[in-house]
Amino acid sequence: MNPRLVRGKPSAESARVSATARIPPVEPDQSAAHTKPVKPVDQSESAPPDESVASAAPIVQAGPATEATLLEPPAVHFRVSRFKKGDRKGHFDDFNLTVEPATTVLDALLQIRRRHDPSLVFRHSCMHASCGTCGVRVNGREVLGCDTKIANLPVEKPIKVEPLANQRPVADLATDMVDFYARFDAVGMPLTRAAEVGDDSAPPESIKMFECFENCIECGLCLSACPIARMNRSYIGPAALAAAARVVEEPRGRELGPVLALAAEPNSVWGCHDALECTSVCPSAVDPAMAILGMRRHIAVDRVKRLFGADPSSVRR
Amino acid sequence: MPRLTAEVSSVGEAGPDAVAPHILIVGGGGTGGALAHDLALRGLRVTLVERGEVTSGTTGRHHGLLHSGARYATTDRAAAIECIAENKILRRICPGSFEENDGLFAAITDEDVEFGNQFLESCWQCAVPTRRIDREQALRMEPGLNPNLRFAIQVPDATMDAMRVPLRFFATARRNGADIRPFTEVVAVTMAGRTVTGVKVDDHAAGRDYEIGADIVVNAAGPWAGKVAALAGVSVPVVPSPGVLVALRGRYCNMVLNRLHPPGDGDLILPQRGGTVLGTSSWVVDDPDDLTTPTEHVEAIMREGAAMVPAIARAQIRATWAAARPLVGEAGTAAGASAGRGLAREFRCFDHAMDAAPTEGFVTIAGGKATTLRAMAEAAADVVCAKLGRVRPCRTAEVVLLPHTAWYSA
Repeated sequence: MNPRLVRGKPSAESARVSATARIPPVEPDQSAAHTKPVKPVDQSESAPPDESVASAAPIVQAGPATEATLLEPPAVHFRVSRFKKGDRKGHFDDFNLTVEPATTVLDALLQIRRRHDPSLVFRHSCMHASCGTCGVRVNGREVLGCDTKIANLPVEKPIKVEPLANQRPVADLATDMVDFYARFDAVGMPLTRAAEVGDDSAPPESIKMFECFENCIECGLCLSACPIARMNRSYIGPAALAAAARVVEEPRGRELGPVLALAAEPNSVWGCHDALECTSVCPSAVDPAMAILGMRRHIAVDRVKRLFGADPSSVRR
Repeated sequence: MPRLTAEVSSVGEAGPDAVAPHILIVGGGGTGGALAHDLALRGLRVTLVERGEVTSGTTGRHHGLLHSGARYATTDRAAAIECIAENKILRRICPGSFEENDGLFAAITDEDVEFGNQFLESCWQCAVPTRRIDREQALRMEPGLNPNLRFAIQVPDATMDAMRVPLRFFATARRNGADIRPFTEVVAVTMAGRTVTGVKVDDHAAGRDYEIGADIVVNAAGPWAGKVAALAGVSVPVVPSPGVLVALRGRYCNMVLNRLHPPGDGDLILPQRGGTVLGTSSWVVDDPDDLTTPTEHVEAIMREGAAMVPAIARAQIRATWAAARPLVGEAGTAAGASAGRGLAREFRCFDHAMDAAPTEGFVTIAGGKATTLRAMAEAAADVVCAKLGRVRPCRTAEVVLLPHTAWYSA
C-alpha cells in the first residue's frame, strides 16, 4: 500500500474526527429538520410555465443574420423557463444564440446571462459534472447543463430549458436543494465522511456499492425524474435510498435496524415502481434503482431473520 | 486535536451583538465565504452578496488540488510556505472533504532529473515534506505512469472538493449569523464623499433592487475585483488570467501527479471521484466573463498529460472549461497600499484609505489560491478589525467547520 506522508490520524482518533464531521451540532431548528417529514412542494408555486403564453417576450436576436451564416455556426433557438419570487405564474423567454460544437447547455446559459439578460438565475459551479449543481431539464429530460452539448440535441425545435421537478423553485432555473438533502438526513446517511482513502485498509472486495454510491454528486436529477416522487411528495426518493443501501452494504459499525425499518416504510423502497428513470438520468452511474432492489432483499432477509432467528439461506425447507 | 464542531454553534447561538459593526462582503467565492466565517467568529455582523450561486465564479472551477506547496517551492517560497501551512489547517478543520492521496512529482527526462535536486532543496527550505521514490516503487504505486519514469518525489498534495470545502465555510458562517445572499449582484457602490457607505444590488431571484448599508465594504470578487473597485472609483491591480482545464472520464491515477519541472502548462493530473482532471494553461483577459477554451490549449494539455500517463492519449474527454485566476499585478496603481500583517506575495489586502487618493470604508482582498482561502480571509479580517479598532483574535485555524450538507439545511 502507499506510504502516506500526511495521513488521517490512526483509527481511533480518526473515528472521532469523522464523528464530528458526520454529526452536525443539533440545534432546535436542525433537529426539527431531521425529524419532520419532507415538506411537500407547493404545487402552486412551482406551477410550470404555460407554454401557450410563451413568446410574450421578444426573441432576442443574438446570432448573426441568417444570410450571413454561410461561414458562421448556425444560431440555436433556446426557450428558457422564467420565474421570479412572488410571480403568480412562470413564462418562457426565447433567445437565439450562436454556438460552437463544444458549447454546452451551461455555456449557453452563461452566454445568455452575459450578453442578453443578467437577471437569468441558474445554479452552477464546477463546469465538469463533479459538483452536481447545474441540473436542469432540457427538452423534458434531466441533465447536467455542463455535461450536455448543444450539438447532441435536436435543433429543429427550440431547445427548452426548465428547472428540475419535484423541488421547490428559487427563481428561473434554480431550485432549492433543502428537501433533497433533508431526505438524506431522514435515512441517516452522512454525505461527508472521513476520507475514503486515508488508511491502508481496502474496502471489502465483495462490495460493489463502494464504487457506486461514493460517486453520487448530489445533483438531484434522479429525484426530478422519479415518477413516484412526482405523485407522492413524501416518497424518500432514489438518491437517499441509494445512500441508505450504501450504509447497509457497508455499515462501518452502524446499527442497521433503524435504516432498514425506515427503508421498509411505505414511502420508501416499496413505493418504488421500478420505472428506472433514476438510473437512466444519473450522470455518475450510481444506479439507484439497483440499490433499491438490493434494499428490498435486505429487508426481506432481515424480516426472515427476526421471524426465524436465522439467516434464510440456512433455514431448511 | 481539533475542537468539536459543536463549539461553533455556541457562537451562533449568541450571535453578533446588534450594535456590532456591519461588514458587507462582495463575492461568494472561497475567499468571501472564509471571510464571512472569520468575521462572524469575531462577532461582527456580516452580509455577503454574490451575483450567481455561491462558488460559481473561479472557486468551483478550480481543479481541486490541495497544494502541498511543492509546486511553488522553487519559484515562490512565500507561496509554498503558506500552502503547506494551510494544507495542514484545512485537513484539520474540514475532515472528510479531502482524498488524502498525496502527490507524486514525476521525473521523466534528463531535464526533470536535473531539476530534482533543486526541487528537493527548495521543498526542504520551505518545510514541505518530501520522499524520494525510486522508479520501481513509483510504478507500483501508480502503474499508469510513463514507464520511462526515472524517479518520483512524494509530497502531501491531496484532492479537495472545490465546491464543498468552501460550502462548509458558508454553512458555518451562516450558522453563526452571517447573511449569505446568492443571486444578488452589486450594481453600484453608495458613497458619501470619498467614504463608502454600502452597495446597491439587483436581487435577481426576486427581480428587484435595493440598497444595503455597511460600515465597511470588502471587495472579495476575485478576478472581478477590478470591476467592483471601479464602482467605487478605486483601482486595484487585479489581472484576470484564465486557464483551461480538461476533465476525463475514468480515473487514470490515484495520487495527484505533477511533472517534476518548473511550473508550466499541462503539468497536473488530478484524480477526482470517478474522473480525472488535467490542467492547465494561462493567458490574460480584460473581462473575467470572457472565457473560452481554445482547442490548442486542450490539445497541449492532453499531450502533456499523456507524457506522464500514456493511457491519457486514448482517454475520453468529458468536459473542457476555463477558470479565471485573480492575479495581483506587481506594478500597482495602488502602490504602497498593501496592508495587513505578514501578507505573502501571492495575495494582497488593500485598505483603500491608504491609497494615494484615499477612499474610506473600502477594502479589497485579491489574488491567492483555493488552498490559501482561509489565510486570505484571516488577512482581510485583520485589516477590517484594525480599521474598526476591535482587537479580536482569528479563530478559523482551530474551529472545525460544519459539513457541506449544513449549507442545504433549512
